[in-house]
Amino acid sequence: MTEPTIYELSAPGRIGVRFPHPDVPLADLPKNLIREELPLPELSELDVIRHFMHLSHLNYSIDGGFYPLGSCTMKYNPKINEETARLPGFAFTHPLQPEETVQGNLALMYELQEYLKEISGFGAVTLQPAAGAQGEFTGVMIIRAYHKSRGDVKRTKMLVPDSAHGTNPATSGMTGFEVVPIPSDARGNVDIEALKAACDDSVAGLMLTNPNTLGLFEEQVVEVNRIVHQAGGLVYGDGANLNALLGIARPGDLGLDIMHINLHKTFSTPHGGGGPGSGPVAVTSELQEFLPGPVVILLEEGSEEIPPLFGFHQPEQSIGRVKAFNGHFGMVVRAYTYISMHGADGLRKISEYAVLNANYLLARLRNTYKVTFDRTCMHEFVVEGVWNDAPDVHALDISKRLMDYNFHPPTNYFPLIVREALMIEPTETESKQTLDRFADVMLKIAEEAHAQPELLQGAPHITPVGRLDEVKAAKELVLCCWLPDEVRS
Amino acid sequence: MNIPTNLKYTKSDEWVKVDGNIVTIGVSDYAQSQLSDIVYFEFKVDPGDAVHKDQTVATLESVKAAADVNAPLSGNVVDINESLTEQFEAVNTDPYGAAWVLKIEISKPGELDGLMDAAGYEAYCQERSH
Amino acid sequence: MFIPHTDSEREEMLKTIGAPSIESLFEGVPVKHRFPQLNLPPALSEMEVAAQLQELSQINESTRDLVCFLGAGAYNHYIPAAVDAILRRGEFYTAYTPYQPEVSQGTLQAIFEFQSLVANLTGMDVSNASHYDGATATAEAAVLAYHHFRGKRTRFIVSPAVNPQYRQVMRTYMDGYENLQVIGDGEPGDPLGAFEALTRMLDANTAMVVVQYPDFFGRVQDLSDLAAKVHAAGAILTVVINPTALALFKSPGEMGADIAVGEGQPLGIPLSYGGPYLGIFAAKKDYVRKIAGRLIGETVDQQGKRGYVLTLTAREQHIRREKATSNICTNQGLIALAATAYMSLLGKHGLRQVAELCYHKAHFLAEQINRIPGFSVDLTQPFFHEFIVKCPAPVGEINEYLLDNGILGGYDLSQDYPSLQTHMLLAVTEMNTREEIDLLCEVLKEYAND
Repeated sequence: MTEPTIYELSAPGRIGVRFPHPDVPLADLPKNLIREELPLPELSELDVIRHFMHLSHLNYSIDGGFYPLGSCTMKYNPKINEETARLPGFAFTHPLQPEETVQGNLALMYELQEYLKEISGFGAVTLQPAAGAQGEFTGVMIIRAYHKSRGDVKRTKMLVPDSAHGTNPATSGMTGFEVVPIPSDARGNVDIEALKAACDDSVAGLMLTNPNTLGLFEEQVVEVNRIVHQAGGLVYGDGANLNALLGIARPGDLGLDIMHINLHKTFSTPHGGGGPGSGPVAVTSELQEFLPGPVVILLEEGSEEIPPLFGFHQPEQSIGRVKAFNGHFGMVVRAYTYISMHGADGLRKISEYAVLNANYLLARLRNTYKVTFDRTCMHEFVVEGVWNDAPDVHALDISKRLMDYNFHPPTNYFPLIVREALMIEPTETESKQTLDRFADVMLKIAEEAHAQPELLQGAPHITPVGRLDEVKAAKELVLCCWLPDEVRS
Repeated sequence: MNIPTNLKYTKSDEWVKVDGNIVTIGVSDYAQSQLSDIVYFEFKVDPGDAVHKDQTVATLESVKAAADVNAPLSGNVVDINESLTEQFEAVNTDPYGAAWVLKIEISKPGELDGLMDAAGYEAYCQERSH
Repeated sequence: MFIPHTDSEREEMLKTIGAPSIESLFEGVPVKHRFPQLNLPPALSEMEVAAQLQELSQINESTRDLVCFLGAGAYNHYIPAAVDAILRRGEFYTAYTPYQPEVSQGTLQAIFEFQSLVANLTGMDVSNASHYDGATATAEAAVLAYHHFRGKRTRFIVSPAVNPQYRQVMRTYMDGYENLQVIGDGEPGDPLGAFEALTRMLDANTAMVVVQYPDFFGRVQDLSDLAAKVHAAGAILTVVINPTALALFKSPGEMGADIAVGEGQPLGIPLSYGGPYLGIFAAKKDYVRKIAGRLIGETVDQQGKRGYVLTLTAREQHIRREKATSNICTNQGLIALAATAYMSLLGKHGLRQVAELCYHKAHFLAEQINRIPGFSVDLTQPFFHEFIVKCPAPVGEINEYLLDNGILGGYDLSQDYPSLQTHMLLAVTEMNTREEIDLLCEVLKEYAND
């Protein structure tokens, strides 16, 4: 069954919401500027509710099932987060209100900055970046501004390990750096000799993902950071994998200079079908004046009788704004709620069980699926989705077949350094029963791949649509629908 | 796999047809088959631009991959095949004919020595297929 | 709570792994830095955290407690209850990016509909699946223009009447490129000047001109002449739009704009202290393959059944890597869904009704204020949502007086425009009742008489 589009459901004259009649005299409208056609649909409230209800049924979600998408940390999103973010005192504050009228917001933002500093081991935090990729952009711009402020203009290279996130090279490109890839060694760590060879006075910094995209802790991390610092560079940490490190190790203690943090991965704010994210950036105290402004500061300590006073501060050498207003405040409230419910011990437990779950699945799968870099993993691991004795089956086929068993597939074809990669991240919120069901299905699919490969190649069989024609989509580029009788020049 | 013997080839899979000091370049049959259906083609240079060896002169995209077309030789761009931005399918259907990419008036004829002949390119392709 | 393991399950799992304890899984972490004791407040139960957050939220005085006449890029509109009912569906908000289309058709079709509604509203051929907010969408338009001209055109002309924060963000983004010139909004210069001042700067090196419609001061001006002049110079015209205004006024597409960007917050998104909001990005079809960010396209499955996929993905960061023009991964998925639900509910008639209410109420307030001694409003030009009030005293002082009377006053323009001392930007929406408008006028009269 295909759900009609909102335009196909439209019926001329139907109204979904009625507004009050004007309670002021009408002003003249400037005729030459007034629009004649407004090609929007016309529906009743029930039409709209049913349409989106039907669409929602076509989605897989965390609330509906296991979502082991590597690098995305698809953990349960607690319902209380949705309540706190919608409290009227938060949801109906205007971003440009005078500071004295929003002390609750500022206190919450300040506290979250403090929590993130403590968790990550850094000296200062901005909550402004809208998502991980924008946090990364912010981090690299800070590296650029830092060297520039010292008159050190010859640093044009950014080192990016081949086990780093895919956004890292794009970010370097956007910020004018030349990307120098650094290979991995046989254990999946950054190749120290290659790093040393690449480090000279033209290096601005290193972009390090730790644990890396293989799900492995960078065993030489302290040494890696020392080598880059010795060459005069800074180390940027991709915090997308922070869910493995809460209370386990603080990236700041390990010698990193800058890191972004994904509130929508580690701190349980919902992924929303592709956003909004939120990507705060933490830096060492030495770099705090480069942060995008404004950041929230404590202006006056409180006392028994007087509450503390919070306000905004514009960092002196700021790289500038990366976003309008005060960041994704609604996400900040959710993350604050989540951290408040965990405390230090609760946070450590999150990472411990995320790592336990990943290692358990790895143990159950490793005899059937080849693990290129096989050692104790952190919160995720990567297996090969291909067998020499079943050459016509690919990782993508395994992923599609998983849908027939009501599981969301793992991340496919990333990282690029593993052949036919399947990147699996269970998160701490999944029970042993769920992991066992998933492992059993993965083993069954491996059997099917050898005995009945066509079953995988034709999968999925039970989803609302089958495999879609992506070439047709890209060539014909139908990106919009219009009112059926709409005639456009 | 079609590898015409009258052409020269590069390691980044461009073909080169030499005609005096004017060379015509395009994307090899091997490269188009690896990329599968092309869905986008864009030039990065205009006629009259000076280009150096290995400079990106165009990019093309399939559903799953993107690739650059690099200048195999230094010189000045004298002509580009504007029709490719609309009829990019030609890269798949006629890589050595309708899908020629651009013509360069070369300034460093010595660079020609660095190109492979058809036999060398065939060996290079086979090496990568294993 | 959120970790379901029992003690015996944990032990079984460790046995399968072959590890003696959970701690032993972390032996790769340097001993010196392993298991730091974090100094954080003790964990709260859900009941306690609900109470704590409730208390914190009540320290604020929100637009529910105060009468709001503040806009300047974020607007206090009514959000029908059905919008949040749709957003609350776990199938939408706990899904990820629709990388696996077979199990993501709900998100994909909803965003395809978002693209359709935005293209129709802006009069453009295509829209993407959204950017972070109006400011980053504006910056991404500049990045598109830079790449469209392959870096050969380096002049970007920006109207001073574009939202100051958008201009700041655009400069941050452009800072990554060498030798670009962003001009047009500097001092000295008249922030209220005509487009003439911008068109004089046009040259063969100009990549893009950016204006806002209605502009930051609420003024609505015909863009047709400007578009013709920008095109004569071979440059791109980007227009920062307000989506509510487009239900009433001619679309930028109709007036010749090449790219329309803007803040989608007025389309059913709560003020939420500045985010998450919604970056609108729509363009004429010539630019479709250069738009950064996600695009959803219609196609068919093997049985010929209609379906939707992420398309033109080869442009994106995970494939193009360092050659991608943007590193953007997320869109504002859930917020775009809210805007889609809002536009579907209000539809053609509702959105026009909201726009007309905003228009008439703003004009009524402007006329009333213009009659108060010491205050004046330029009533000769059409405006939408908001307008400039020239005040008899610094805006900060007046706003304090208003706040004492329970009113959230307008935006102080002197913070961004030195030549606009004592100028306030007041915003009016359908939420402002006649009583509120009368109250504001009364309090301003009292102030003038004091």
